[in-house]
Amino acid sequence: MTDQNGAFFHRDRNWHPPALAPAYKTSVVRSPQKALISMNTTLSEQTGPVFGHNMLGALDNDLILNYAAEGEMAIGQRIIVHGRVLDQNGRGVPGALLEFWQANAGGRYRHKKEGYLAPLDPNFGGCGRTVTDENGGYSLRTVKPGAYPWPNGGNDWRPAHIHFSVFGQGFAQRLITQMYFDGDPLIWKCPIVQSIPSRAAVEQLIAPLDMDNTVPMDARAYKFDIVLRGRRSTLFENRMEGT
Amino acid sequence: MQELTQLKESPSQTAGPYVHIGCVPNFCDITGVYPEDLGAQMVNADTKGERITLRGTVFDGTGTAIKDAMIEIWQADAAGLYPGNDPRGAADPNFTGWGRKAGDYDTGEWVFHTIRPGAVPFPDGRMMAPHISLWIVARGINIGLNTRMYFPDTDNSADPLLTRIEHQNRVPTLIAEKEADGVYRFDIYLQGEKETVFLDV
Repeated sequence: MTDQNGAFFHRDRNWHPPALAPAYKTSVVRSPQKALISMNTTLSEQTGPVFGHNMLGALDNDLILNYAAEGEMAIGQRIIVHGRVLDQNGRGVPGALLEFWQANAGGRYRHKKEGYLAPLDPNFGGCGRTVTDENGGYSLRTVKPGAYPWPNGGNDWRPAHIHFSVFGQGFAQRLITQMYFDGDPLIWKCPIVQSIPSRAAVEQLIAPLDMDNTVPMDARAYKFDIVLRGRRSTLFENRMEGT
Repeated sequence: MQELTQLKESPSQTAGPYVHIGCVPNFCDITGVYPEDLGAQMVNADTKGERITLRGTVFDGTGTAIKDAMIEIWQADAAGLYPGNDPRGAADPNFTGWGRKAGDYDTGEWVFHTIRPGAVPFPDGRMMAPHISLWIVARGINIGLNTRMYFPDTDNSADPLLTRIEHQNRVPTLIAEKEADGVYRFDIYLQGEKETVFLDV
C-alpha cells in the first residue's frame, strides 16, 4: 500500500532518453552539460494542479468532429485510441488530464511554422484532451496521422505518431511523450525514437492494434497505456524529529 | 527470490516544435475547440497576495533565444498552500497555482501574471524560501527540464535545497532579477557558462 502524499520514486534516467542525443540534431545545443541536481520530492513536487471533468467540452476527445464544420468530418483512417493511465505500482490514476496533438492523415500539422506541401484538412484541427475516469481509463477518436518529413538528416521521416501530454497528481509526474503505431517500419529509423536507449523502452510507446475494441464497419482501435511515476509509502520518513 | 513488480515509467519524448497545437491551441490560431488555453489565467480579482509579473526567455547553448519553448509554473498561494491536493488543507480558491505559456513567436519571451508565493516546508520541517517551480519543454529537449525560481528580495540563505548545491557559484542562476517593483525576470540558459541549475526531482 502506498501513501497518497508520499514522495515519488526517482526517475530512471537510463530508461528515459538522455538530454543529448546527437542524431537528433536540435538536442545538441538544447541539452544541459552539467549534471542535474538530485533531490527527493517535496510538497512542491508532490502536489500538482487538479483538472475536473467539468472543464471538458463534449467533443474534446473526438478529433474527427471537434474542428469539423457542421455535418463534416476529418478525412483519414478512423481510429480509437484507448487505455489507462497507471502509476508504477500498477494502480489506475483517476483524474489525470491527457492532452494530445497530431498531424492530419497526410502528415500536415495545423501550425503557422509548418510548411510541408501536404495540404491541410479543413475539418481537422489536431488537438484533443480528456480526463481519466475513476479507474484511470481514457479514450479518444481521431484519424491515423500520416508520416512526415523533417529537416534533420537529409531524408528523415517521422513515423506516424500522436503526442501525449500527461498530468498525474503531482508536478513531479509531468510527462510529455509520443505514441507510435504497431508495425510501422519508420519507428526503427527515427532519431527521436532512437534517443531512447533501449528497445524495451521504445516498445512501451508502441500501441498495438486492438481488434477486440475495434468498432466493426466504423473505426479500428489501438491500445495505449501510460505509466507515471509511483509514490513511495512514507514508512518511517517525513516524520519530524521529536514527534 | 521474490520479484519487485514496479512498472517502468513511460519514456519521455520531445514535445516537438508544434506543442502549441495540443497545449495552447488558441495561441497558435486553432480556435473554436477550447474556450481558452489552459493555464492562461492564474489569478482573478479576489486572489489574495501581492501581484507579480514573471517574465523570461530560454536560451540555447549558442546564446540564441528559443522561440518554440513552452513553460509551466507551479507554486503555492500567498499562505504557502498548494491549490488542488495539498494534504495540509485548502488553498485560496481564487488561485490556480499553475500557469502555462509559450514563448513569443518572434522574441521567445514568456510572461506570467501571478502572486508572490508563501513559504512551504521541506519534508524535515524546515521552511523552504518562497519559490516557483518551472518545467520547460521544447523541440530538442528530450525530457522536460525542472528548475526553481527564487526571489532576489527575500532571504534565501537557509533554503534546504539551495544550501546543499555543491557549486554555490551556480545558485545565482536560480534567483530571479528584479526589473521593477513586482516585476521579475528569470532567463533560463540550457547550456554553457551561464547554464541554469536543473533538478532531478
